[in-house]
Amino acid sequence: MAKVLVKGNEAIAQAAINAGCQCYFGYPITPQSEIGEYMGAHLPEMGRNFITAESELASINMVIGAGTTGTKAMTSSSSCGIALMQEAISAMCCAEVPGVIVSVMRGGPGLGNIAPAQGDYFQAVKGGGNGDYKTIVLSPSTVQEAIDLTYRAFYLSLKYRNPVMLLADGLLGQMMEPADFGEYPYKDPDVSTWALNGADNRPARNIVSLHMPEGELEQLSNRIFEKYEKIKKEETTYEGFMLEDAKLVLTAFGTVGRIAKSAVLKARGEGMKVGLFRPVTLFPFPEKQLNDVAKNADMVLDLELNQGQMLLDVRSSVFGACPVEFYGRSGGGMLTPDMIFEKVKELYAAINKTKVGVK
Amino acid sequence: MAETLVYKRPESLLKDGHFTFCPGCGHGVVLKIIAELIDEFNLQKDTIAISSVGCSIFLEKFFNLDVAGASHGRSPCVATGVKRCKPDKFVFTYQGDGDAATIGFNETIHTACRGEHISMIMINNTNFGMTGGQASATTLVGQVTTTTPKGRKAELTGYPLHAAEIVAKCDGTAYCARVAITDSKNIRQAKAAIKKAFEAQLNGLGFGFVEVLAACPTNWHMTPVESVKHIEEVTEKIHCLGVFKDVTVQEKV
Repeated sequence: MAKVLVKGNEAIAQAAINAGCQCYFGYPITPQSEIGEYMGAHLPEMGRNFITAESELASINMVIGAGTTGTKAMTSSSSCGIALMQEAISAMCCAEVPGVIVSVMRGGPGLGNIAPAQGDYFQAVKGGGNGDYKTIVLSPSTVQEAIDLTYRAFYLSLKYRNPVMLLADGLLGQMMEPADFGEYPYKDPDVSTWALNGADNRPARNIVSLHMPEGELEQLSNRIFEKYEKIKKEETTYEGFMLEDAKLVLTAFGTVGRIAKSAVLKARGEGMKVGLFRPVTLFPFPEKQLNDVAKNADMVLDLELNQGQMLLDVRSSVFGACPVEFYGRSGGGMLTPDMIFEKVKELYAAINKTKVGVK
Repeated sequence: MAETLVYKRPESLLKDGHFTFCPGCGHGVVLKIIAELIDEFNLQKDTIAISSVGCSIFLEKFFNLDVAGASHGRSPCVATGVKRCKPDKFVFTYQGDGDAATIGFNETIHTACRGEHISMIMINNTNFGMTGGQASATTLVGQVTTTTPKGRKAELTGYPLHAAEIVAKCDGTAYCARVAITDSKNIRQAKAAIKKAFEAQLNGLGFGFVEVLAACPTNWHMTPVESVKHIEEVTEKIHCLGVFKDVTVQEKV
């Protein structure tokens, strides 16, 4: 298929349709309303389901209903709307219900503003809901990657019977870029062994998240965390850019990753050995991979559109292999390639100065 | 000619599933009615039940049916998701007044307005039973609960919510009734009402809703017999019994 010029939000919606998403349940919120609009325009005429729900609570619980039948379903929202879904996401992890949640971040806390931001890293990756659980979180930095990761989100969700969140921001949602939809590249697993469709010639099944008998929940928790270990082993992905000889390694996720890339190229142009490490899966976080890179670097600079959230995962991955610095803006403030370049220049000079001093 | 009376346990109940409710509680009666009706319609193999939060939660321990669990108040949403994906399956929710009329009333109303082809059974015992008898949205003025130890005062917490009357006003509702299960006659009428609600779904007419007034002797601090009397003499005066909407009757007129 040829490349088309497409808006991020609409690309995610079309990719979901291509992935076989049978149901979209959502509630409007800026800056992702185009996803619901696109689904509303296309799903019903394809004989699929579209509901503008009464709230985000309702949307995500409709996704649960669809998920219990093994049907591909999706909802989308932004920051405060995703906050309302947290109880259900926790329940999905416990009851092992698949479903795709698109989170197009805006400025926060509170109603915040509608500018692009990355303040919901903790919400997505650490989980705003109750109990021990993990949501698989995929972070696109381009419209093309948003398409590819939407495909992957549906696949992983069914494969692991776990909710998958596509974590984008308002910048990606609103920008237009050329992208190639290709085709949904995965072979979906068989759901007939667990999905609810009536107890016909088999014992009745249940998909619930309450486990009262002593020891039952602990057993379940252990099994689910074994699953998370498998996910860590098999699904962790990241992008490395000019890392081979990098003395200063930038870390960034999502759209900041692409902005940082421009800064890396500019720094390389001035002879500085700078590279970029961009996690694509935020859970599972590429801990070992980043640690390996940090062992050969003099410093890591973490860049985010928040006050330092992924920073905690970066620090624990680097695990003292080298110093970790942070540079970010929040509340909807944007990092530009020039701003990052200036910070890189300052830190790169400091690294060299320290080295001279040691010698 | 000799008459043989045979009682058969409904297929839709698990063979080894025993109700775990308090003596005099209404849940067991209603769950059995539901199981009998699902058998009657031959739907055991085609049903997905949606449980809720409260004493209504453990459906999978009683029913020989597929069960999906929902968070507190969200059963109609889970049911909507299931039914939209499996329109040929029979889908019902089983909820209490805390679930359907208090935390989840918004979902109840919107599911009714959308005319989802699902059936919703709401047990109304005018308190939060499982958590120990706190006041809910349907608690009567004057009713003593653990959070209204001197009785619910209208000037402080307002008035009871009348779920069935409100649901009946929604255009997507095909059948809506409030029943009681205080005696055999009432139990038969309750069964007839739930059957109507099921038929509304099976015939593609729309949303079916039945509110069942039920006793909660443990939290009411009454004997089962006193509880029945209380429903008849007090509760029914406020939460009146009746069929509030039946599109099949309206069509005939």
